[in-house]
Amino acid sequence: MIWLGIDTANSPLSVAIVKDGELLIEESSMMKVNHSLRAMPAVEEVCRKTSISPSEIDAIAVSEGPGSYTGVRIGVTIAKTLAWTLGKPLYGVSSLKSLAMNGQLYNGLLCPLFDARRSNVYSAIYRMAGEELVSVMEDQHCALAELLEQLKEMKEPILFIGEDVKLHEQSIREQLGEQAKFASFAVNVPRASSVISLAMRAEQADSVHSFTPQYRRITEAEVNLVKKEPTNE
Amino acid sequence: MKKDHYILGIETSCDETAASVVKNGTEIVSSIVSSQIQQQKQFGGVVPEIASRLHVEQITLVIEEALREAEIVPKDLEAVAVTEGPGLVGALLIGVNAAKAFAFANQLPLIGVHHIAGHVYANQLMHPMEFPLLALIVSGGHTELVVMKSHGSFELIGETRDDAAGEAYDKVARVLGLPYPGGPQVDRLALESEQSIDFPRAWLEADSYDFSFSGLKSAVINYKHNIEQKGGQIDPQHVAAGFQQSVVDVLTVKTVKAAKQFDVKQVIAAGGVAANQGLRKSLTEALQKEGIPFYVPPIALCTDNAAMIAAAGYEMWKSGVRSDSTMNGRPGMPLKSWN
Ligand SMILES: [Zn+2]
Repeated sequence: MIWLGIDTANSPLSVAIVKDGELLIEESSMMKVNHSLRAMPAVEEVCRKTSISPSEIDAIAVSEGPGSYTGVRIGVTIAKTLAWTLGKPLYGVSSLKSLAMNGQLYNGLLCPLFDARRSNVYSAIYRMAGEELVSVMEDQHCALAELLEQLKEMKEPILFIGEDVKLHEQSIREQLGEQAKFASFAVNVPRASSVISLAMRAEQADSVHSFTPQYRRITEAEVNLVKKEPTNE
Repeated sequence: MKKDHYILGIETSCDETAASVVKNGTEIVSSIVSSQIQQQKQFGGVVPEIASRLHVEQITLVIEEALREAEIVPKDLEAVAVTEGPGLVGALLIGVNAAKAFAFANQLPLIGVHHIAGHVYANQLMHPMEFPLLALIVSGGHTELVVMKSHGSFELIGETRDDAAGEAYDKVARVLGLPYPGGPQVDRLALESEQSIDFPRAWLEADSYDFSFSGLKSAVINYKHNIEQKGGQIDPQHVAAGFQQSVVDVLTVKTVKAAKQFDVKQVIAAGGVAANQGLRKSLTEALQKEGIPFYVPPIALCTDNAAMIAAAGYEMWKSGVRSDSTMNGRPGMPLKSWN
């Protein structure tokens, strides 16, 4: 069984191939590269280096968001096009959950986080329960202050994960003090192998055609539309 | 027996998700267009982020439909042609990345097509092109005059310096309180009108083939403002007719002048505004007087579609043009010759 994994949800890029439960290759970059330019060449490269032809791929796993709108769309578009034209199953995995996997050995709460500008973040809270990563707080777009308030009440040590954590480290420390833990940069790299590993235990997408990113946020235009139209309640 | 060559075309540069299979560059085998007009209407225009989201929802469905209707499997194809630019960047990226993934999965060559080259080649699906030819491309994003001396050779002789013709139509429609998309409604009002308001025409320098429509748009706004300040009301029909006459006049006069100067064998019109009845009539009459053949494709081929991308892609494929998987969506892509 050959899995192809893709994560372009934020500025890092990661692609991986897992064969029969073993990671064959993983290429990750934290460089701020243009995914539209780099994602497909990276997919081709991992296939070429492992001598795997596209038709040999059995399943495709993709990081479905949240994250950069454009980034998520590029990964999802590539994944769904490959899955559809190759006639193979597609699996969508939360970009936050797969990042949380980097902290799977940590005994405490895991808080993966992406910056969403204007003091907002995409974040979630997970913890390990046995072999499984379980959700404590769902993936969401929220104000950082709100998130920190909730975390403070949990009165447990929290490991923050993600390259954007450094943008908010000061606020986090001010709010949570010793409760907040920060790991080395090595833990901040999103890994397509984690996307695959979670996909292996997840449900496949019902329909490849209707598979869409999990933006976790409606567009500004839709927000304004709702504001303009008074509700009939 | 001569082998037939099939090209898959993909287009997502604005608010239509489209895919098509074209045979030998001239015959449409299938052409699927999923328009976002219904969804974008409530916003009064195309919201780029919404456009990108809808493209992701439609892209594989539309490609599958195009292949199914054509009764073609990927291995029957010679290449995948996709709009590389210009257009909305987020929208372009969906088509480009879908095309790259499809090409890789099926080991097919990939060809990046310029959207305007696509509009020009829409004509190849109706009539063989004869060179030199002059193409007038008029749409919501473009107003261009292009001379072609052979396949794949483009010389841009004029373009808009501000608003595209279609953009001016949409803005004036808004001033007149017409719902989006307003262009066709301005055309309809203009055709029904017996009278017209006299609005200025922007000819620019005597030897220029460039266009400018923002002054005209301001003139319409000022006219409305003045009348309303005096407590009066404008007649939308008369305004639409006057506006349309100004746009059509400038487009027609410059097109005919260029056709004569470059001694072309045919003139073709393309783009969404080429569906405009007033413009079609004016160009047909003016060029008939000069004895220059004039072609404009049916409306479905004037507005954005993927058959035109496949048609242009076929000529590029024949000329050996290929893109690789580092292709990017290019919102400001210039029109370059490939021959
Ligand atoms: Zn167009």
